[in-house]
Amino acid sequence: MFGLCVACVALAVVPLASILVEVVLNGAPALSPEFLTSGPGVIGEAGGGIGNAIQGTLILMGLSSLIGIPTGVMAGIYLAEFGDVVFVGHSFLTHVNSFLSSSLRFLNNVLTQFPSIVVGILAYTTIVVALGSFSTIAGAIALSIIMLPIVTRTAEESIKLVPGSIRDAAAALGIRKWRATLSVVLSTSRSGVVTGVLLAMARITGETAPLILTVLGSSVFFQCDSLSSCTYSLGHPVDALPLRIWRLALLPYDYARQQGWGAALVLIIIVLTLNITVRLATRGKFGMMRSRT
Amino acid sequence: MTVELLIEKLKPENEKRVEPASQGEPMGPFKIRAEKLNAWFGQNHVLKDISIGFGENEVTAIIGPSGCGKSTLIRCLNRMHELVPGARTSGSVFLDGAEIYSKHVDAVQVRRTVGMVFQKPNPFPTMSVYDNVAAGLKLNGMRNQRKLDEAVLNSLKKAALWDEVKDDLDKSGVSLSGGQQQRLCIARALAVEPKVILMDEPCSALDPIATAKIEELIASLKEQYTVVIVTHNMQQAARVSDRTAFLYLGQVIEYGETTHLFENPAQELTERYVTGKFG
Repeated sequence: MFGLCVACVALAVVPLASILVEVVLNGAPALSPEFLTSGPGVIGEAGGGIGNAIQGTLILMGLSSLIGIPTGVMAGIYLAEFGDVVFVGHSFLTHVNSFLSSSLRFLNNVLTQFPSIVVGILAYTTIVVALGSFSTIAGAIALSIIMLPIVTRTAEESIKLVPGSIRDAAAALGIRKWRATLSVVLSTSRSGVVTGVLLAMARITGETAPLILTVLGSSVFFQCDSLSSCTYSLGHPVDALPLRIWRLALLPYDYARQQGWGAALVLIIIVLTLNITVRLATRGKFGMMRSRT
Repeated sequence: MTVELLIEKLKPENEKRVEPASQGEPMGPFKIRAEKLNAWFGQNHVLKDISIGFGENEVTAIIGPSGCGKSTLIRCLNRMHELVPGARTSGSVFLDGAEIYSKHVDAVQVRRTVGMVFQKPNPFPTMSVYDNVAAGLKLNGMRNQRKLDEAVLNSLKKAALWDEVKDDLDKSGVSLSGGQQQRLCIARALAVEPKVILMDEPCSALDPIATAKIEELIASLKEQYTVVIVTHNMQQAARVSDRTAFLYLGQVIEYGETTHLFENPAQELTERYVTGKFG
């Protein structure tokens, strides 16, 4: 049995490790200060970099997290804390509430399995068509829709794991429900909620399909030195690492392939750094300690 | 609006004559008193027309077999019962003469005046010892650091925990031993300055030494508070309480002085229970 488990672990690790090794071996030589900071050069000529793609990816991650995380966490709180509330003497309200929460759960599960390109098409037909241009904001919204079910689901599950005795303790101290939910329950389930957020962010960092239909890609940097240039940039295409990797991989030049590997390595490093930073920042004083009794 | 104000406001129309719940010597004015209290879980009628009062600066024990409604009764006294989905109550509970189930009264305010300690120690796992004790004040908006420090110090001293944790206030609340955790929960309840403290089998998860410490603590708490303790352990009821109520199938079978109830019970059912013939 033990041997079988070890064999399965090896089987699972081999492809992961080989991808990682391959990316590092092929990507590391491409990394240089110029590669990381400059925009793409002329197609067919060596030189240029992925600076604008890195910038675009960070902007897209930031914007979609700004939309997706609060919405997802609040939806998770609703499902876990209020979804099954019974309004005594108001059977109509109770029914509406239970209908709302069960349909939210169902749709959420469906959305988790959604092909991301369909989300891209949704953002295309609504936002891109309405604005008349591929745009950063359309990409951010598409990505936040992809984040939403993951964040909601993990938030709900980890909030539900908080023992009822903790809620009772807060209620018995005369702490209001909303305050107890935010300061006691959410804080107790913090590590689970953060895991969900990280999973969702890692997922969208690598998404390519919805970006083709929303941000399109660009060879210039996102300009944001005044309010008007920011709003202008939000309404226009931006580059992103997965898009850049895809474009570079399609080019029939050795230098482009090399740059593609480099970009892939940068993407992996971004996700890794994000994971470690967020973990450290939200670790809390006592980490994962559990009650002894 | 504070509870005191509410209570003042409500007094004239709700003040009713104080009467002993059942047999026993005449008791002083009750701090908290239930009248014709009924409680349900869904269709399950768990408390049936209970009228009982708890005296100020006294420890009252509630004994009875499992499922007789002991915990439900005390959870009705601070309106925690209604937090359970499908649970409801009827009848009245008077705190200092004011009806806490009146629709002008905020249940959250009631819970600040009637504190509660639970069966299993339940400190907030992500908070330090200090933050656990300060939680009730902090999360109700108290920002004054000096007052918080003072409240934490006083509450930990009253809960006989200060000497053991004074150097570890920044340690996690759940890193303490079980008995210390339970005293931490008592300190946490005391910090919001309640008048009544309800204890739901506070020692059932603790070893005999920790139990002895909590019992000692209960004896000292009654100087300032009205204490109501639910217990499965009849020796404990005999040791800590001034009065004892015997509950059976959601009704008060007998209520009176603890020594009287244990040595000379008026009801046959009580006698059979306290002598261990059933329950």
